Amino acid sequence: MKYRVWRGLVFVAALIPSLLWIYQAIGFDLGPDPAKTLLARLGLGGLMLLLITLSMTPLWRLTRWMGWMAVRRQLGLWAFAYALLHMLVYAVFLLGLDGGQLLKDLQRRPYILIGALALLVLLILAVTSNRFCMRKLGKRWKRLHRSVYAALILIVLHMFWVVRADLFEWLVYACLGLLLLLLRAPFFSSLTSRAPQGPGEPFSN
Amino acid sequence: DKLTSAQWARSSGNEVLTPFEDASSYNNFFEFGPEKGDPARQAVDFEVEPWSVAIDGEVARPGRYSLDTLCQPHRLEERIYRLRCVEAWSMVIPWLGFPLSELLRRVEPTGQAQYVRFEALYDPRRMVGQRSGFSLIDWPYVEGLRLDEAMHPLTILAVGMYGRILPGQNGAPLRLVVPWKYGFKSIKSIVRITLTREQPKTSWQIIAPEDYGFYANVNPAVDHPRWRQARERRLPSGLFRPNLIPTRLFNGYDEVASLYEGLDLRKNY
Repeated sequence: MKYRVWRGLVFVAALIPSLLWIYQAIGFDLGPDPAKTLLARLGLGGLMLLLITLSMTPLWRLTRWMGWMAVRRQLGLWAFAYALLHMLVYAVFLLGLDGGQLLKDLQRRPYILIGALALLVLLILAVTSNRFCMRKLGKRWKRLHRSVYAALILIVLHMFWVVRADLFEWLVYACLGLLLLLLRAPFFSSLTSRAPQGPGEPFSN
Repeated sequence: DKLTSAQWARSSGNEVLTPFEDASSYNNFFEFGPEKGDPARQAVDFEVEPWSVAIDGEVARPGRYSLDTLCQPHRLEERIYRLRCVEAWSMVIPWLGFPLSELLRRVEPTGQAQYVRFEALYDPRRMVGQRSGFSLIDWPYVEGLRLDEAMHPLTILAVGMYGRILPGQNGAPLRLVVPWKYGFKSIKSIVRITLTREQPKTSWQIIAPEDYGFYANVNPAVDHPRWRQARERRLPSGLFRPNLIPTRLFNGYDEVASLYEGLDLRKNY
């Protein structure tokens, strides 16, 4: 298969941070409050991976290198994996698997509800990301997977609630997200396309 | 040397002290950056000399006092206190300081004085967090206490911890410690103490009045919109063995309860 090495490199690069953080958290290398630190890193890592995923199409339009598209779906799955780990750390290490507390949090803390919704969207996309679902859903598949934009907006909102005293870092991510969404608007996407009329996207994902 | 005459704590009761390493590397001190690790990194070279504190407002003897004249008459005492952060984590720290009440008596509050307003240093050249154009805090950081809270024997001004002078990240050279209130009340790097008639507006109240009240007494029954307050993680806490303990009203300092008799603690959070 083409881009095999490239795909492998992306796989390893996306896997390593999570393994490293989990290893550090177990060995008290993440400071006195490892659960909280691990939670924050996985959350931010997931958002970064989602932003990287969403830059693949604009990068392909700019450079016409098919390698970007070859790793897009994999990166999206990694974003989901980080988000899932983020939620598991919250449920297991911060809540101590107390289901009642989780329900209370979902009711009373809107940012947790928003985060859960974003994870649900990513879960649906991850489950339907395989070739079987693509064939089965046909045209609807593409429409369904555009809800990744909604997930991005929810995640950025979720992060806004966590800001305590300084908006700078949040603004950086919000602006990157906004940029990636704007690049998909018809006017801007024609700017990034080198060919006046692209041949259509190489894969339907 | 003040340390030789200091009165040292005999024991910490049944509490285990948080290691100095953790207490000096995991800090909320937004003057030195928004992340927990920022203050330890950015406050390393924080220059605290010369330092003076202005004392003004409803006092008979206002003035600007150098740190030395401020501390000189007081015997330093070691106080081992639980520190409960509003973010649901806590530590046990041996502070070195003197009761705020002793200082206030020296400057003689007038009959009009009802509250004490504290102001931290504003100096963007020395405090990198204040340079951010996107900070939600309207510098300088301001905190406040009711006069009777300020006069309570548990309330101290600290100049040291763990038997040494305060590190920059912990609020050098002079900070407040009010052990029955959430940590953000214990303002760091104080440069002004003002006795007032009106309740002062505190920094967090200004940012989010629904989330942060003036009192901020530790209370497991009153949740913050973001953090549940019934339990806390006593640090250091392991990943697989989280050190979760129940939070106590007034952080376990029952002796302050009389200050709040007749006060609805749900409304006055």
